[in-house]
Amino acid sequence: MTTTTGTAADTTLEYRRPRGIVAMFHDGAIATWRNLVQLPRTPELVLFTLIQPVMFVLLFTYVFGGSIGQSLPPGLSYAQFLIPGIMVQTIVFGTSQTSVGLADDLQKGLVDRFRSLPIARSAVLTGRIAADTVRLSMVAVVLVLVGYAVGFRFEGGWFWGVAMIVGAVAFGFAMSWIMALIGLSVRDPETASTAGFVWLFPLTFVSSVFVPVYSMPGWLQPIARNNPVTLTANLLRELAIIGRPAGGTVLPVVLWIAGITAVFGPLAVSKYRRV
Amino acid sequence: MPIIEVEDLHKRFGQTQALAGVSLSVEPGTVLGLLGPNGAGKTTTVRVLATLLKPDSGRATVAGYDVVTQADEVRTVIGLTGQYAAVDEKLTGHENLWMVGRLLGMNKAQAHQRADELLERFRLSDAGDRQVRTYSGGMRRRVDLAVSLVGRPSVLFLDEPTTGLDPVSRFEMWDVTRELLADGTTVLLTTQYLEEADELADRIVVIDKGAVIAEGTADELKDRTGGRTLEVTLRHAADVDAALAAIAPSGGADAVRVDRDLHQLSVPVEQDTARAAGIVAQLTDAGIEIDDFSLQRPSLDDVFVALTGHAADGDADIDVDRSTGRRSRGPLPGGTDELLDTEDRPQR
Repeated sequence: MTTTTGTAADTTLEYRRPRGIVAMFHDGAIATWRNLVQLPRTPELVLFTLIQPVMFVLLFTYVFGGSIGQSLPPGLSYAQFLIPGIMVQTIVFGTSQTSVGLADDLQKGLVDRFRSLPIARSAVLTGRIAADTVRLSMVAVVLVLVGYAVGFRFEGGWFWGVAMIVGAVAFGFAMSWIMALIGLSVRDPETASTAGFVWLFPLTFVSSVFVPVYSMPGWLQPIARNNPVTLTANLLRELAIIGRPAGGTVLPVVLWIAGITAVFGPLAVSKYRRV
Repeated sequence: MPIIEVEDLHKRFGQTQALAGVSLSVEPGTVLGLLGPNGAGKTTTVRVLATLLKPDSGRATVAGYDVVTQADEVRTVIGLTGQYAAVDEKLTGHENLWMVGRLLGMNKAQAHQRADELLERFRLSDAGDRQVRTYSGGMRRRVDLAVSLVGRPSVLFLDEPTTGLDPVSRFEMWDVTRELLADGTTVLLTTQYLEEADELADRIVVIDKGAVIAEGTADELKDRTGGRTLEVTLRHAADVDAALAAIAPSGGADAVRVDRDLHQLSVPVEQDTARAAGIVAQLTDAGIEIDDFSLQRPSLDDVFVALTGHAADGDADIDVDRSTGRRSRGPLPGGTDELLDTEDRPQR
């Protein structure tokens, strides 16, 4: 039954459900619309999502910038060092909204609503993650603007600048699947906001986001050096400062993004099927 | 040929046996009331039928489709309105309806048209462009119901549609539901409100602890509790003992309940209306003045207590029955007293 024919009074209402892969994109796009149209209606959420990175940029630049800047290679300003790093950190923190959003949809019964409709199973998940990816992109752009105010510059040109934003958002996309799994597992928005948040502090602070790795104690350095957040931050720095990646930095980041998505995407989907 | 058929459904959540062999069937175009207290298994049954939950064992079909193996087909014919309004609070009423229309495959114009139709039908036209979070409880339920009707389902699941609503909103939901029935939609309604099942349902299935404990029309269920009661209110409190003496010869005096404060006698008379008339005659012959007398059918609350040994939970806030003049027997202030009084009254 993919066709429903209206009664005589409304013969205009004849419609057909798309099928297969087309249905996945069709339904995912509508679910994305639902999440995006809400953004301007929760200005407080948008505002606080933006205040935190802006605050971090200002605090680190003016409070820590003096001392940390001295441990940087000569010629590299702290703003140049900080902005790509803080972009990764902000985007990783921003993905915790994915778990809160999904837990909220579960708790309010919206997931039940979608699951009782004859639509693509994937719509709720893809709609959430697509909308969150758009939101993360907007945050990244705002961060670049704030960066420009404190002395950051795309020294390799705008093309590589855009490549940097794309790289950061791609890493956020992968992280969103982990957050989706968390949100679907805890099923409660308050718990989701804590569970999705706490582990992000060690993840983003034991990395090259705020300070160079060689300034850390020896035992911590191998962890920080191999942290995907470090790898991503370093790649973004190369894109922003040198323009074009130096050899060997792209592949590890691509592998992390692909690996996280390949592991947590199916886990989140299978969790969603069983909620 | 039933449009919903359920055979021996079992479902366990950890230590809790939510469904312990539920079987029922619903004929097309009728309303089945699934009645039971909190935790009886009503919502679990609906979730299985709405393809949201797989049963551990047993079988269920909706419109001939198996809910497990043909879930996609089932979803094309059903609508679901949950206990908690499953609409997006940050979307407007119109947007919620439009979104579901689009998901079902309508083009933009069709989805707008269908949204407008439903808003008008559910008296939400004026609120259609406001975010749902600004709606009252009753408006939320109505928009939720409207959303479940976008695809013109032939089977509608109403899971506790009026739980937590104020009396006025509850009446509005009842009206709206009756209009649906006029369209020939088959409805499976779950409720813990006995009045609601009585008002809306053609047949009632009573479940408790995951199993069906009774089934029938409201009248059949009421008959099961032992029939009718003659209630006589005397003019003078002093006449109570004389009245008891007067009716003693007709037998069954042990079962007579007495409320001395209200100078009222309640005499079980089963289906024997002639006996009820005889008792009234005996009293007047004995010169006892009668203010009022009536033949009461048992309420569904009485049925519930008789079947389960405990009162239906959760209808603490029901006071609709008072405004309709129905006797309320739930654990609400007046109702609880009445129920307890009944048990505590001196039995003669």
